[in-house]
Amino acid sequence: MSESAVQVDTRHSGGTGEPLVQVENLKKYFPITGGVFQRRVGDVKAVDGVSFTINKGESFGLVGESGCGKSTIGRTLLRLNDKTDGSVHFEGQDLHKLSKSELRKMRTKMQIVFQDPFSSLNPRIKVGEAIGEALIDHGLVSRKDVKERVIETMKICGLADYHYDRFPHEFSGGQRQRIGIARALIMNPEFIVADEPVSALDVSIQAQIINLLSDLQSEKQLTYLFISHDLSVVEHLCNRVGVMYLGTMMEMAPTDELFSNPLHPYTKALMSAIPVPDPTLKRERIVLQGDIPSPANPPSGCKFHTRCPMASDICKEQVPEYRNVGNEHFVACHFA
Amino acid sequence: MEQPVNRTEQLQEQLKIVKTESPWRIALRRFMKNRLALIGLIILVLMFLLCFIGPIFSPYTLNETDVTNKNSPPDSTHWLGTDKLGRDILLRVMLAGRISLTVGLVATAISVAIGATLGAVAGFYRRFADTLIMRIADIFLALPTLPILITLGAILSDLKVAPNQRIYYLMFIIGVLGWVSLARLVRGQILTLREQEFMQATEALGLRDNRKIFRHLMPNTVPIIIVSATLGVAGAILLESALSFLGLGVVPPTPSWGNMITAANSLIDFRKRPWTWIPPGMCILVTVMAINLIGDGLRDALDPKMKHR
Amino acid sequence: MAKDLVEFRNLETHFKTSAGTVKAVNDVSFSIREGETLCVVGESGCGKSVTAMSLMQLIESPPGKIVGGEIMFEGKDLLKLSKKEMSRLRGNEIAMIFQEPMSSLNPVFTIGKQITEPLLYHLTMTQKEAKARAIELITMVGIPRPEKIFDSYPHELSGGMRQRIMIAIALSCNPKLLIADEPTTALDVTIQAQILDLMRDIKTKMNTAIMMITHDLGVVAEMADFVVVMYAGKVIEEAPVLELFREPRHPYTQGLLKAKPIINQRQERLYSIPGQVPNPVDLGENCHFHDRCEFCMEICKVKAPPLRAHIDGHKTACWLYEEEGKAQ
Repeated sequence: MSESAVQVDTRHSGGTGEPLVQVENLKKYFPITGGVFQRRVGDVKAVDGVSFTINKGESFGLVGESGCGKSTIGRTLLRLNDKTDGSVHFEGQDLHKLSKSELRKMRTKMQIVFQDPFSSLNPRIKVGEAIGEALIDHGLVSRKDVKERVIETMKICGLADYHYDRFPHEFSGGQRQRIGIARALIMNPEFIVADEPVSALDVSIQAQIINLLSDLQSEKQLTYLFISHDLSVVEHLCNRVGVMYLGTMMEMAPTDELFSNPLHPYTKALMSAIPVPDPTLKRERIVLQGDIPSPANPPSGCKFHTRCPMASDICKEQVPEYRNVGNEHFVACHFA
Repeated sequence: MEQPVNRTEQLQEQLKIVKTESPWRIALRRFMKNRLALIGLIILVLMFLLCFIGPIFSPYTLNETDVTNKNSPPDSTHWLGTDKLGRDILLRVMLAGRISLTVGLVATAISVAIGATLGAVAGFYRRFADTLIMRIADIFLALPTLPILITLGAILSDLKVAPNQRIYYLMFIIGVLGWVSLARLVRGQILTLREQEFMQATEALGLRDNRKIFRHLMPNTVPIIIVSATLGVAGAILLESALSFLGLGVVPPTPSWGNMITAANSLIDFRKRPWTWIPPGMCILVTVMAINLIGDGLRDALDPKMKHR
Repeated sequence: MAKDLVEFRNLETHFKTSAGTVKAVNDVSFSIREGETLCVVGESGCGKSVTAMSLMQLIESPPGKIVGGEIMFEGKDLLKLSKKEMSRLRGNEIAMIFQEPMSSLNPVFTIGKQITEPLLYHLTMTQKEAKARAIELITMVGIPRPEKIFDSYPHELSGGMRQRIMIAIALSCNPKLLIADEPTTALDVTIQAQILDLMRDIKTKMNTAIMMITHDLGVVAEMADFVVVMYAGKVIEEAPVLELFREPRHPYTQGLLKAKPIINQRQERLYSIPGQVPNPVDLGENCHFHDRCEFCMEICKVKAPPLRAHIDGHKTACWLYEEEGKAQ
């Protein structure tokens, strides 16, 4: 029964090394308005100058706690939000400079799977139509062939053909998530943003969906941006991982490197905070003090200094440089 | 160990058995279980039959006066008696019902058409369209309805509009004044829907605006439109009655429930001849109550969450 | 071993829905000992919360109803108490904290008012005593500057702080039992670690028994002394925590443990339990896990396995360990 615990790395080898998505110094601020005239009184700096590259065929993980901006990155990267500053290049084209019709065409190549299986499906549209409508709307497949394509995709995602004419309310959370995946997959995209796709699901269903995503990746050479708050899920699925805190990338490295040699105190704390299902394990846990500060009013210097067990005076004053320490391992800490 | 999971075989036995049901059918089933709403529906249907079919069987005609038999109490020839000109009250009540119900329905249809469209445009396009439409809505809300209607009624009288033409103007006026609340509801609903992940999915899928609006947004606003329109009909009927009672809506000789109650204005009629004003009054009461019961039933059926709040 | 504080005996809580009867808690028996942390673990819809709500008698009726069994608390059957006696017990001897700390605090009252309320009601303290005690409680749950917090409103606090306040309110009357229904599910991991630490701390200091409801086996491993695993309204396994993790016996428990990705223990492929939780309406008298179980036998489809101790203190409800099952 324990064969499955064999430690073999079969994560897809990390792609071709050819960049598919390049994010440079991306910023997304949400204005805070106040007063009688709804004047802008400040900004929530949801994403504050983040850069990374996702190569073709790899899966890149973004982890962090609530308010760290990981979901905002996913959405701004697909231009579901407008950016504030910086750029996102997809296959070399600046997404935020495309016209509406160019963007519409580009949409067939990049998709998103959402977190909430309940709000991600329109309750009044049958599953079959929900999955197939984009094909029709983009004129990719003739109307009579759509059903066949939809059913084929549904089967790939673990749904049955008789589900075609059903409504979303007749499905469980895990099945709805499969429907969401099928909808994203039907246009044969190259790139999928998976925004916390399993965090609303039960453990036994989580594993099914994670396995599905990983099978699809190897079958279809997909590229993923996998957003999660759960380090263990990210470790399982991703080749490279970025750790975010309050809109800033704190550390980024290939998965094995990051998990065997975490350099940033935040990454270390995050790892040690995850409860491990082994009661015999008595770990020396790093418990961070205090709360996550508000992204509307982030701390000066290193944003983590208010909770950092290693913080010293320099951390309060100077923003640490985000630098490569070798092995493609990037970190933003004065002491790393 | 090899995974025992064959993805395509994760069929769920119990799902095969359950027959599929659309959200509309579920709502219908819930509505049919609501006894009060059903009673309301039956009353309303009977009222419609009475008003639209009933007159065919009447031996009298609308403006046929009978001076020898005026102000007669109910008897076997005039079941509900006659008025001061000797006209048959039953027939007048039925024909008045046609007018009142039609005014209520058409006025509401106008409000819904304007309100839903403007609300949807404001909610979907936001920015300038939203600001413009909502400021216009604010202006309409700031208008004192009754004084305006009275003024308009007086103007219509001044222009000597023929009584049978008047009802068209009336429907239009009531309709145009009533769109604001619905526009706000629809706009609010669309703003909420926009934040739902399935609307973000339509954006990510690159669907055209047409499909987003007509396939995704509108069907989800239909429930609140239905509920608010139903209750709107009741409101329009009441408004029409009030105006007609004041002599500013439907004017005699065209009968409406409102102007028939005017009979109660005279002390003698009020005290001695209740058959002249009780039937139209009862009709208004029963119709409006029936519509409100239906409206409440629809709200519970279409939006079950509302009930628990 | 300490003596039993709470004992569920064949508890049955049913919900009437338009589709049929849902036996949310179906013949559940287990006990919580004094000063012990008992974790009830299971997936959504398994009946773990309903069990706790039955204990508190906070089941909304209709549609829910406790139709059978007993819940013994210090020797008396809670189900036989009057409404008044029960409400005296609630918040006093049995306290509860919930998953969503925002919705369990009233937004229009200050934190101070909400903490002192049970003190004034249950312990009949004076205002002054209550305030002093409240400040002491706020300090105890690890919040700095308690005087300032005393006068603030719930919306001014973060999620983690609010959960601490909920714990402070729950502890205000020195309860013998603290029920925690997914207390950290809505929180970030670093905040979860703080809250779990706090709860462990409280347990050792105050010797309160904790009934913790969770879906996270990691939390179970960290917190529990004793574990009850539920599936589709039934207890399918119960054991001391070390025992359960060392040798899970029910195929469902085994599957749950294998399905969870564990940090620094990467697997080639995650184990996953096929299928999904059965529709809770009108479940038959069989093993409810049979259609997802890789060891399913004929008897599993027609007869419910009894919950029995095959090893000392470790109960399992599975035909694999019964004579009838072995015969097949």
